[in-house]
Amino acid sequence: MSRKPKTFHGGLHPPDSKAASADKAVEICPLPDEIIIPLSQHIGAPAEPCVAVGDSVCRGQVVGEARGFVSVPVHASTSGEVVAVEARPHPSGRDLPAVVIRPDGRDQWCDDLRGLGEDELAAESVRNKLCACGIVGLGGATFPTHVKLSPPPEKPIDTLIINGAECEPYLTTDYRLMLEDPEQILDGVRLFAGVLGRPRIFIGIEENKPAAIKVIDAACASSDIEVVPLRVKYPQGAEKQLIYAITGREVPSGGLPMDAGVLVQNVRTAAAVSVAVRTGQPLIEQVLTVTGPGVAEPKNLRVRIGTPLRHLIDACGGFNGEPGKIILGGPMMGTAQLSLDVPVTRGAGGLLIFRQEDVDPRPEGPCIRCGRCVSVCPARILPTTIVAYARNDQVETAETLGVLDCIECGCCTYICPSMIPLVQFIRQAKGAIMAQKRNA
Amino acid sequence: MPDVDKQLYLSSSPHIHAEQTTGAIMRAVIYALLPACAVSVYFFGLPALWVLLVCMAGCVAAEALCRKIMGREQTWRDGSAALTGILLALNLPPSTPWWLALLGAVVAVVVAKQIFGGLGYNPFNPALVARVVLLISFPVQMTRWSAPSPGGSGLDALTTATPLGEMKTAVMLTGQLPSHSGAQTVDYFVGNMGGCLGEVSALALLAGAIYLFWKRIITWHIPLSFIGSVVVLGGIFWLVDPARYPSPLFHLVTGGLLLGAFFMATDMVTSPVAPVGMIVFGTGCGVVTVLIRLFGGYPEGVSFAILLMNAATPLIDRYCRPRKFGYMPRKA
Ligand code: SF4
Ligand code: SF4
Repeated sequence: MSRKPKTFHGGLHPPDSKAASADKAVEICPLPDEIIIPLSQHIGAPAEPCVAVGDSVCRGQVVGEARGFVSVPVHASTSGEVVAVEARPHPSGRDLPAVVIRPDGRDQWCDDLRGLGEDELAAESVRNKLCACGIVGLGGATFPTHVKLSPPPEKPIDTLIINGAECEPYLTTDYRLMLEDPEQILDGVRLFAGVLGRPRIFIGIEENKPAAIKVIDAACASSDIEVVPLRVKYPQGAEKQLIYAITGREVPSGGLPMDAGVLVQNVRTAAAVSVAVRTGQPLIEQVLTVTGPGVAEPKNLRVRIGTPLRHLIDACGGFNGEPGKIILGGPMMGTAQLSLDVPVTRGAGGLLIFRQEDVDPRPEGPCIRCGRCVSVCPARILPTTIVAYARNDQVETAETLGVLDCIECGCCTYICPSMIPLVQFIRQAKGAIMAQKRNA
Repeated sequence: MPDVDKQLYLSSSPHIHAEQTTGAIMRAVIYALLPACAVSVYFFGLPALWVLLVCMAGCVAAEALCRKIMGREQTWRDGSAALTGILLALNLPPSTPWWLALLGAVVAVVVAKQIFGGLGYNPFNPALVARVVLLISFPVQMTRWSAPSPGGSGLDALTTATPLGEMKTAVMLTGQLPSHSGAQTVDYFVGNMGGCLGEVSALALLAGAIYLFWKRIITWHIPLSFIGSVVVLGGIFWLVDPARYPSPLFHLVTGGLLLGAFFMATDMVTSPVAPVGMIVFGTGCGVVTVLIRLFGGYPEGVSFAILLMNAATPLIDRYCRPRKFGYMPRKA
């Protein structure tokens, strides 16, 4: 391939650790004994439960209704009986309301699910369908897709970027999907394009996935979709960095991709959009990479939403060694979990297990001003200086230094030789500033 | 499945970390200095080895003692004290008496580092502070240069002048450079000249520098702007009056320029954190070095130049920040 790979400023190269699962075809994970559907599975207001204990539900049935514009309904991911509507462990670390279903084993679809015909693809009906099907951004941000597809008229979108970078180490779900189901992704891409009205379309894929680039390239051959090979660098898949790499545009500070005229969607979201629009089936499953040194047999699994993590680990042959840390998501931005009872939600793309010996909390040392955090920061702010102020409770100064521009990629903490948890302090400072803004 | 919930760690992302620790960085710089140490022992013999050992042991001991007295946790294992010791030794003449080397070690660690709070908090490069304090307080001992005696014992070495000192004296007395042959430059390059332990061999210093680049301990910003500005500014003077001002090549291979540019100015703690600032810092070091060498009272200006720029570091850091992402005018 002669095209020059594109990239952004900053970032780094953690070991990609994808070999364990990259060549494993996606397997279907068996149903667990209990499905836990949290009512909070997206950014925005949680859904409102609309079933009661004792109800029987079918696969794809709404069990929580959307509340407000930035919200989507949640659905039963199999047929069965509602056995509880109560607070259960949630990936966020708190116990949050959830609908608990005992599967009846028949896995019966609801019979009123219907896709849109070719003549029904007006922007409005597609958006409604996506909302009804609970489609959210599957790249991790879980922002409702129909909202992203409704830009205000003064911010026209001329460019659609499909994110196939998958720059987080260990994760291979996007990669597998691109290899195994390119047509579904492209169908979703065309649906997006239809809603936006003929934007330029790019699919960005990191160069370390040549097989995926080849497959997607072939599938795009007769279209005007451009496949863009990206330099292998973390966080190449971060929205703003991806937009910069591909279009040379910077999303203005404090702004959204639409302020640069761009919409970014993850490849898995595109596939989910295709399913929803063509079949009317809501988002009730998710492909997850279960991997890491702490699991017996790393796999890519197609998992029903609501499946407890414990069940995924069983499906991968159990633990390998003493588990020390369990992470939902990738190693750079994922969240550590305290309980195996936490269910898979829509935003999850990976389950990573480290053993006791992989977790070695080294002590924090003084900042030696090495500047590594500065040179890797994709937001090009000064993590060390900001954190020095933030630790002194001088959040105003931290704000003028650009703390709100931090994308929380974690590069600074990853690289710091003194083990200073920079991004953690930055998150706290951001939280304090946002709280002040809300109260003001 | 065992009940694992109780043994799980919880911490904020990221959950993986680069291998390089502070200790590893310090150790790598020490390794990078080993060729220079070896060459100095080769040319100056046992006295050089003594200076090296006394400085290193002195710094480590001073650090340990100081932290103990202050009731803080021990830090000498991070390697920064040993590194300061080596750098100090490389900045001393081979004939430095043991008590002076020891005094230097104490000044470096106690006065220039621990008083400010230890590693990371010192505004000035500790080894350079010690060197300058000694130079000002003990000018006689600090400017007694042994002539190199390759492979010899060095005990009965003759006293000599450094090339830079020779130049300064000649220019002051006659307004002219001393006469040079090209062969001397080669000698200077491999280290066959009078000078501080670490100044003498450009070759050994370059080998160490390549190692540091390879290990990604230092970036090009400071060394290149430092050396570059010495060559450019020195070159301008040389072009104007080659009889009075030495050539850029002479600037390069004599004195502590390479040691300073690769190993002292790049001291992370005392130099700017952002690439733009590093370039300003390096350029400042180079300009001041040339001005002192050509017009100052001392033959050599590298130490003073770096210390001066150390003082400017907070200011540079404040005004040389990278342009934040998201502040670029929109492109079509
Ligand atoms: S990476 Fe760590 S030690 Fe280096 S400047 Fe940043 S905070 Fe300081
Ligand atoms: S400061 Fe924020 S954006 Fe910059 S490296 Fe750290 S986490 Fe990433």
